Amino acid sequence: MIALLARDLRLAIRAGGGFGLGLAFFLIVSVLVPFAVGPEAEVLARIAPGILWVGALLACLLSLDRIFQLDFEDGSLDLLATAPIPMEGTVAVKALAHWITTGLPLVAAAPVFGALMSLDERGYWWIFVTLLIGTPALSMIGAFGAALTVGLKRGGLLLSLLVLPLYIPTLIFGAEAATRGIGGFDNTTPLLMLAGITAAAVALLPFAASAAIRINLR
Amino acid sequence: MPEMHRTKQARDRYNFLWEWANPVKFMWFSGLALPWLVAATVLTMAIGLIWGFFFTPEAANFGSSVKIIYVHVPSAFMAISAWFMMLVASLIWLIRRHHVSALAAKAAAPVGTVMTVIALITGAIWGEPMWGTYWAWDPRLTSFLILFLFYLGYMALWGAIEDPDTAADLTSVLAVVGSVFAFLSRYAVNFWNQGLHQGATLSLDQEENIANVYWLPLLFAMAGFGLLFVTLVFIRTRTEIRKRRTHALELRERMADA
Repeated sequence: MIALLARDLRLAIRAGGGFGLGLAFFLIVSVLVPFAVGPEAEVLARIAPGILWVGALLACLLSLDRIFQLDFEDGSLDLLATAPIPMEGTVAVKALAHWITTGLPLVAAAPVFGALMSLDERGYWWIFVTLLIGTPALSMIGAFGAALTVGLKRGGLLLSLLVLPLYIPTLIFGAEAATRGIGGFDNTTPLLMLAGITAAAVALLPFAASAAIRINLR
Repeated sequence: MPEMHRTKQARDRYNFLWEWANPVKFMWFSGLALPWLVAATVLTMAIGLIWGFFFTPEAANFGSSVKIIYVHVPSAFMAISAWFMMLVASLIWLIRRHHVSALAAKAAAPVGTVMTVIALITGAIWGEPMWGTYWAWDPRLTSFLILFLFYLGYMALWGAIEDPDTAADLTSVLAVVGSVFAFLSRYAVNFWNQGLHQGATLSLDQEENIANVYWLPLLFAMAGFGLLFVTLVFIRTRTEIRKRRTHALELRERMADA
């Protein structure tokens, strides 16, 4: 499993396009929003958690079809399916690799982009924390969506139609926790809910995703 | 006959319900039941809607706008019930591999979608004079919009996959996972915003629902919408089964030609 993780990470870094693309997309979104809503610091600071969350979510979405598609096309997914590790483990590792290459850079970069949105120090902290807790769920849910659409030739658009509604609870609790934290209110409940979604997604969705992959490989 | 190779003993083990999973039997029964269903649907819907629209008093503060309830509440109820029915049918397909079940789930999705849209639109029409806005990010409204998105994704997945069994499998998995997330969204949305929408119009555990003059025709309208749903799903499932059969016949012909 570690070998698989290392392989996926190497592929993501060396093949190009996967690793930095999400981050660049995130940057562009953070740059475009002030152009659209105006440069007033108060307005930007108020909508910043929402914008950063939506930006992170879309950046995550961009690279989802890479999780299984390339392996499906060159046949290595078949090999992985017959490998001694269970399919559920493969799915979890691939989601983890997606998180490390997409989610983690976003989490690390979010405070910097927060500065573009005139967030204060408390803002940096809460954006960092909520994204850190929430992005694993985004990767795992996305891996499930990617598993559903892996056999399709033009799955990209369908993938977003399937995955985005599934992202709604994560987005609501993540952005709510960040907003409350920045406003100085108690945000224990949304934070716990966010962590609960992540934990449940990581625990349960590998089973659904590997079921979908087995169906697609049939 | 597909029934023949099944022994008596094996047939007894299957309880009564699973008999209808046989396409031949389903076609026979649904063909027999459809005229009655159509008649019952037309009758109850006519009673409910005409009674509701023309023979109920206008409510204080609401005027005649209150009468949209006879479309709004039943369609909203059926929109949720349709998804629930799809979930059950998907589970039956995943566990017991009954083709009729998968096709029924497929057949129910567009009907449920239309019900969701009707509920949203009638709600918007009602909301404009009452709340002063067509749309508010109220939990109930928002959850229905999310439900609509789930329906769209479900149907898009059916449409995208060519192999019918693969499509049935994948959409069933999506229906199961989607149900969990739809449920979760409902609570997330509740948490996110307090709403304008009033509480449940009808519920079993309340002493008093809405006043009796409105309640009875509403009951008829809901029964009518329920019957309409069953009728449409029957018709659509029959069409799906026939499509499968024509497809099989075409394949056989092509094999014979080759």
